[in-house]
Amino acid sequence: MAEQGVAQVWRRIRAMYRIEGNICETCNTYYFPPRPVCPTCRRKGKLELYTFKGLGKIYTFSIVRQAPEDFKRQIPYVIAQVELDEGTRLTAQIVNVDPEDVKIGMRVRSCFRKIKEFGSGGIIVYGYKFEPVMKVTGHE
Amino acid sequence: MVGIIGYGVYIPRYRIKTTDIAEVWGDFSGSIGKGLGVFEKSVPGPDEDVATISVEAARNAVKRAQIDPRDIEAVYVGSESHPYAVKPTGTMVAEAIGCTHDMTCADLEFACKAGTAGIQMCMGLVKSKMIKIGLAIGSDTAQGRPGDALEYSAAAGGAAYLIGSKNPLATIEETVSFTTDTPDFWRREGEDYPSHGARFTGEPAYFRHVEAGAKSLLKKTKTTIDDYDYFVFHSPNGKFPVAMGAQLGVPKEKLEDSLVVRQIGNTYSGSAMMALARVLDLAKPGSKIFVVAYGSGAGSDAFSITVEDAIEERRGEVPTVDDYVERKTYVDYATYAKFRRKIKALG
Amino acid sequence: MSNDVAIAGVGISKFGELWDKNLRDITLEAGMYAIFDAGVPGADIDGMVIGNMSAGRFTGQEHLGALAVDMGGLGNIPAYSVEAACASGGAAIRQAYMAIKSGEHDVMLVLGSEKMSDVNQTEAMNTISVASDWEWEGMFGATFPALYAFMARRHMMEYGTTEEQLALPTVKNHANAVHNEIAQFQRAVPIEVVMKSGLLADPLRILHSAPITDGAAGLVICRADLVKKYTDTPIYIESSEQRSDTLALHDRKSITTLDAVVSSTKAALHEAGLELKDIDVLELHDSFSIGEIIITEDVGIAKKGEGGKALEEGITEIGGKFPVNTSGGLKARGHPVGATGVAQIVELCLQLRGEADKRQVDGAEKALAVNIGGTGATSIVHVLGR
Repeated sequence: MAEQGVAQVWRRIRAMYRIEGNICETCNTYYFPPRPVCPTCRRKGKLELYTFKGLGKIYTFSIVRQAPEDFKRQIPYVIAQVELDEGTRLTAQIVNVDPEDVKIGMRVRSCFRKIKEFGSGGIIVYGYKFEPVMKVTGHE
Repeated sequence: MVGIIGYGVYIPRYRIKTTDIAEVWGDFSGSIGKGLGVFEKSVPGPDEDVATISVEAARNAVKRAQIDPRDIEAVYVGSESHPYAVKPTGTMVAEAIGCTHDMTCADLEFACKAGTAGIQMCMGLVKSKMIKIGLAIGSDTAQGRPGDALEYSAAAGGAAYLIGSKNPLATIEETVSFTTDTPDFWRREGEDYPSHGARFTGEPAYFRHVEAGAKSLLKKTKTTIDDYDYFVFHSPNGKFPVAMGAQLGVPKEKLEDSLVVRQIGNTYSGSAMMALARVLDLAKPGSKIFVVAYGSGAGSDAFSITVEDAIEERRGEVPTVDDYVERKTYVDYATYAKFRRKIKALG
Repeated sequence: MSNDVAIAGVGISKFGELWDKNLRDITLEAGMYAIFDAGVPGADIDGMVIGNMSAGRFTGQEHLGALAVDMGGLGNIPAYSVEAACASGGAAIRQAYMAIKSGEHDVMLVLGSEKMSDVNQTEAMNTISVASDWEWEGMFGATFPALYAFMARRHMMEYGTTEEQLALPTVKNHANAVHNEIAQFQRAVPIEVVMKSGLLADPLRILHSAPITDGAAGLVICRADLVKKYTDTPIYIESSEQRSDTLALHDRKSITTLDAVVSSTKAALHEAGLELKDIDVLELHDSFSIGEIIITEDVGIAKKGEGGKALEEGITEIGGKFPVNTSGGLKARGHPVGATGVAQIVELCLQLRGEADKRQVDGAEKALAVNIGGTGATSIVHVLGR
């Protein structure tokens, strides 16, 4: 029996571990996750791989207080849309901060964390979360 | 000359005071911290493990070394709490920091000296010119059985070292090891928590091996204790390394800077490497550092290290051990138990 | 304007946690009620479409088209299910509309059905959240309520929408549902209770959110020139329009406007030759109360940012200028995902036929329904007229 999720997760490892997306050189738009087709240029688009710097700010957020099994242990946790410096937005948890202190506009940087696991015997999915920039992220 | 071309650490944000743990188990004397020399320990969050800690430490190391991660040709992660029993943490780390596929990798276990064993392996590969740069990581999210003495000190953290020969921040002149079959502390496959021989873990284990490793290193390098400016001994608690230092005739001040165990506990495979990192954060070029790591089972790895000029150029870019030590949020025992999955029903 | 397609009959099951009924039971019920209401002989029906989001995950059953035709004894007519997340019902109506308009079919049965309580709440939440971008939103911990909470927080920041205003759609919809005998909840809820209910994802609370519901609804739709054969109170589908937007909320330009709703509503009104002021009664998709506020703005009832104000001023009450969700909406009537789009049309038909009892909007002649999928990646709008 094939363990569930294995291939699906594996295909996304580069994108999830290092926030690797792409940029359409025709219209200079950054995409994350990487897109097979530039929605603006379609056939005229020229997509190249791009690794995001991992810095951005919080566009909107919510504190999740009821969640499915996979995330129960982390409740309450902060989930947010982060607007990366390159202009693209993505959805990720905000960690290393007290939920009361999170604000729209807060500057954040990506870190490497466990996203979920497929049960105690299944594979562990790692990926990006974001934390406020501070001394220990190498910023003042 | 082979040496450390970059290093980085990571300590999770959460702490629990040893007095809080003691009170749960009925000890309200408030003296546990003094007795062990450990006042609080680091606790990993529910979404952290050896892989995530190793990646953060490794990213810091790469930043400090100012190398292209594609030049790393070996990755070894030493731990006693790898996320998988079978599937090397090193593979996740390599992918996450941007290594190519043309590299060698394996996970190591030798209790608290798995990370330093990795350093020795990288040294061999670099010295023999088989690789240019190797990455050795010691990282743990160690667990103590609830109510056991080790619960006060078992902590989480990791340190990553890039070993190479070009422009090292600190050269490693010599390394020796001393290995025996000594059952002081072990964990059987499938068991949640380790077991240990209580007082047996002292004299016949820790002290015997650290002393033997130290003496062997002094002999090989033809040096004496006085030739060194800093000393780093594996720190299972705040008492053992101090006692070891006294036994070897090490002046107290030369050991002080390495005793980060007092504030974060024993990070097992990360312990000696974290303590060394703290010294490297402070040491002036030209200083000599004497390191002896110890792993139960048992063995010691000893290193003679000289700090180079290059280290000063690379300070300030990457957070120091103290930056991480100072970044903390306290949790109570219930939250700690929830995070550490000590509550079975939560799965 | 299209006067080619008409609704001959409507049917709807009870909405709620229906322990003693399975998916087949409720689907059959809704279909039969619609057929009886239309007075159409089963043999006249030449095709069927059923809107359903996830029977496979909720009950293990797929291939619902064949199942429904079999259960209803409708012979060997063509049938299949369509899926557009929470807009599956609207999508099914659209399929039938296009099939009849094109001349391929004459009389069709449209069903919408979902049986959600056969799995536990956690499973149900997981299943619903695949209406979002599962890989890049859901998997990172963004629950479906969290995505709408993102919208709510931005709406509060950009337009000053208050917590009180956020509670108003629930208060209104529950008050309306008191008079709707098939609604899941038929009790009024005071605003203080809404505002104190448990938090799902700040700032959204349990009572801001549509429930997990079992239910089904059905319509008999036919060529307009045939409808008088079956009923004296035909309702005409004057337009059917649909627009799409990015799947992930984080790929939208703004998350306080649903572009797909704006464009599909404009297109539907234009196609029907009408303006918003001609519409007498509306069903707007309120999976969360912020959804109703935003859609109230996006269809043009209120200026952008003033959706909350419109509710405060009673504009969308039953006696107001644009009554919204006289049925109780998704919040109080219930939200069996695939059935909702069809249930909206059932309510509007009852309104236009003057059969809405104590919920009746006097003299209602034109109606409009907005049925969206996920966080607005799909929007389907129907305009109905007497």
